Amino acid sequence: MNAYPASDITRERGKDSPAVIIDNVAKHFAEVQALRGFSAEIRYGRLTGLVGPDGAGKTTLMRIMTGLLVPNGGSVTLAGLDVVRDNAAIHVASGYMPQRFGLYEDLSVVENMRLYARLRGMHADQHSEIFESLLEFTRLGPFTQRLAGKLSGGMKQKLGLACALMAKPEVLLLDEPSVGVDPVSRQDLWRMVQELTDEGMAVVWSTAYLDEAERCESVLLLNEGKLEFDGPPQELTDRIKQRSFRLTGVSDARRAVLSRALNLRTVGDGVIQGDAVRVVLRADAGHAEIDALAAEVGAQLEPVQPRFEDAFIDLLGGGPGGTSALAERMDPVKLDSDIAVSCKDLTKRFGVFTATDSVSFEVRKGEVFGLLGPNGAGKSTTFKMLCGLLKPTSGKAHVVGLDLRHATGAAKSQLGYMAQKFSLYGLLSVRQNLEFSAGVYGLEGAAKRERIDEMIETFDLTRYLATSPDSLPLGYKQRLALACSLMHGPPVLFLDEPTSGVDPITRREFWTHINGLARKGVTVMVTTHFMDEAEYCDRVALMYRAKLIALDTPDALKRDSRSDEHPDPTMEDAFIHLVESADLEDETRASTKVAA
Amino acid sequence: MNGNVEQVREGMAPAGRASHKFDWRRLLALVRKESLQAIRDPSTILIAFVMPVVLLFLFAYAVSLDVREVRIGVVLESDAASAQSLAAAFAGTRYLKVTPARDRREVAEQVVSGKLRGFVVIPQDFERRLASPVAQPLVQVITDGSQPNTANFVANYAQGVVQSWAAGRRVSAPPAAIQLEPRYWFNAELESRRALVPGAIAIVMTIIGTMLTALVVAREWERGTMEAILSTPASVAEILIGKLLPYFILGMLATLASAALAIFVFDVPLRGSLLALLTLSAVFLIPALGQGLLISAVTKNQFLASQIALFSGFLPSFLLSGFLFEIDAMPAPIQAITYLIPARYFVSSLQTVFLAGDVWAVFLPNLAAMAAIGVFFFVIAKRKTRKNLES
Repeated sequence: MNAYPASDITRERGKDSPAVIIDNVAKHFAEVQALRGFSAEIRYGRLTGLVGPDGAGKTTLMRIMTGLLVPNGGSVTLAGLDVVRDNAAIHVASGYMPQRFGLYEDLSVVENMRLYARLRGMHADQHSEIFESLLEFTRLGPFTQRLAGKLSGGMKQKLGLACALMAKPEVLLLDEPSVGVDPVSRQDLWRMVQELTDEGMAVVWSTAYLDEAERCESVLLLNEGKLEFDGPPQELTDRIKQRSFRLTGVSDARRAVLSRALNLRTVGDGVIQGDAVRVVLRADAGHAEIDALAAEVGAQLEPVQPRFEDAFIDLLGGGPGGTSALAERMDPVKLDSDIAVSCKDLTKRFGVFTATDSVSFEVRKGEVFGLLGPNGAGKSTTFKMLCGLLKPTSGKAHVVGLDLRHATGAAKSQLGYMAQKFSLYGLLSVRQNLEFSAGVYGLEGAAKRERIDEMIETFDLTRYLATSPDSLPLGYKQRLALACSLMHGPPVLFLDEPTSGVDPITRREFWTHINGLARKGVTVMVTTHFMDEAEYCDRVALMYRAKLIALDTPDALKRDSRSDEHPDPTMEDAFIHLVESADLEDETRASTKVAA
Repeated sequence: MNGNVEQVREGMAPAGRASHKFDWRRLLALVRKESLQAIRDPSTILIAFVMPVVLLFLFAYAVSLDVREVRIGVVLESDAASAQSLAAAFAGTRYLKVTPARDRREVAEQVVSGKLRGFVVIPQDFERRLASPVAQPLVQVITDGSQPNTANFVANYAQGVVQSWAAGRRVSAPPAAIQLEPRYWFNAELESRRALVPGAIAIVMTIIGTMLTALVVAREWERGTMEAILSTPASVAEILIGKLLPYFILGMLATLASAALAIFVFDVPLRGSLLALLTLSAVFLIPALGQGLLISAVTKNQFLASQIALFSGFLPSFLLSGFLFEIDAMPAPIQAITYLIPARYFVSSLQTVFLAGDVWAVFLPNLAAMAAIGVFFFVIAKRKTRKNLES
């Protein structure tokens, strides 16, 4: 296919010549240092990843490059133009897709395209030709008359891309293009961007998903406004190449093994990967300790391919230790039944729209159970029904044997709930937040004081007691939210997207707590965007179009999707495979229906 | 804008041809987009066309500053012919609606329950009082003091009825040499509807101009589309005009619709010319739109924008424009504040153009004041809106 932007960039500017020159750029907002002064270059004909956790300064840098923010120090040159002095020309040379794609939801696909074409000074007589190639490129052809608000996340993203590509920019800036987009559509976007860079365009892709960095030719890794790494991602992952291992054959004991491994002096980082434990040794550390551990627990130690996220953590000096102070203090959970959470034919309809369609599963005591699915698949709705926030239209849901429909109050006292984005009260101090959640869960007097003091000590919150949760570092905010949801020592914990927007080290710490809690018998229900986090779960339920399309252990799901193309599939590959086969099934069913 | 920009970009990608000066095609594209959005958004239509109709109906029928057909009771305790004739005089006036009674207890209860606003007692010894050489109160008037205005009206009016009835009886009395007959100019019927409906048009325009504009600009910030638009070559002037022009037209259409409703449905006369009405409305939209733009430029948040628009736009035009409450009756400091409210000039102009005619001596200073306030808003709004996301 001849992609649309067959521009003249390559002819005029050699591949790999600098498209954006960042020179000691600094930016602060009031007290907050967003960018702390660094230099880098972004080149033509390459996909450059601007990678880092939330709050690293990615969007600020993007906005400076596209002339929407003025740096406080240093300078940025894009396509030979200074972003401040030649501001007007910058808007011509660059195509920018902001977060949430910048589309008008009440305009149709073609109306959005026409608007941006005119704003970018394209003549009407060129429209039809360019629109045609853009529509073919994005495969939006059949949907030109549909309102942008009615498109799926993936289609919106493609339309946003088409709009940013109007009038052939030399530099394409995409701010978090993969947020809210399912893995299948994400694949499409990678393909499109590949074609654009092949033709000489410089493409910048900002992302908080560190695994996306591995797909970029070059990476700028930001953390807290500093440039931590600049170069091809392999260069960073190569640093831990000889130090990445997998411990297999530890299936049942994997949480304990991870905890012990992380407490070793020579181990810098580790995660659970399905039935195995993955560890990264510290630089210049010997194998001795990990070998001894492997031998002791009867595990096989095998070297594995390094991952970008692990390399990032290594770069920052390794992750947290393996002991959860929280879980240590907890008494093991005693439950009469072995089933902690169960639902049968759970259905929720909003008008004619079915959000959850007869979903059934059972979660065992002490299990970490993941609920995954693309946006709008119904996982949040299912989740909310299970913790008593939504009433099911039909079907049954039980928590520790209590029917959520009749004994909602009693069931709720048996579960802890941590909402998305932590939902702490910004106008209350840390102590007041703790007191409030202790109060709503009915703790009183001495028991309340004791429990709060225990949480403060466990999570090391003493020095922040008087401050607002809003001004806490992210990691502490997460600790506080977890402390609030665990105040009443619930046997079942519901976590809704607990780690979105959180940096990898904080995520590691979080999972250390979750692993610890699971070992004490707490049942954990979790939804997540991060595919690699699904690996921490004992079992994963995959939802798609309101239905449960798969439910198994992470390893089994990966095994089922093994193919010649993906001999060693990741969780994301498995996800794509399952969604595609569900689509295929729908199609065959539809066509047989037509045939009949 | 920048002289060397074009040089730098000479011979580069075809995108370089886009001019950075004011570009009509870009403006048209923005106007078209905004119009499509306005037409497709049911809330816009609701605010621009349904709400004005509701408001006008409210001010035309539900809100009335006139007192008419006040329900009172007349307790006739005397059977004398003179007493009967006085009762008939009460029943005969169109300002009162009389419930006749024989016993005051009957009506007293109805006053308590709010069915009547008061009652008049024509006492048993009415005949004797009438004949008495010493002036004696003829009737007793009892009113519902919980509604002081109406109570006053009932008391005064009952007095008036008795007096004119008494005057009519004294046939022997010579006719007064000079008879006073009040005549009200501009609103000969003294119907408040005639003054309220033109004023309501000012309220409608404030809502469309200030509230709607503040909301739609803030919406662009909230949804992130403003960021996308700012990253295109479109200039601030193009973006702002592209935003305002459709709402200007919408405001004018709503004015025409409201005026038509006022004239043809509510029988408010349009004594001035349509041209004057449209000129006034167009000029009033300058401060109204400017204020909306300023609010949204500062808040960038729909909720806040609507609250500020309510307090700084809608309520002042409602309370301080002379629409409901006479400005002359306000305390001096409040009167001074009203000069800052564009609706004040608009309301008085509208009342003039509807009820009096084209009095340009009234219009011109009002137009000048509205335009001045409008320009002031625009200058600040333009300063607050930059071609970037710096705040």
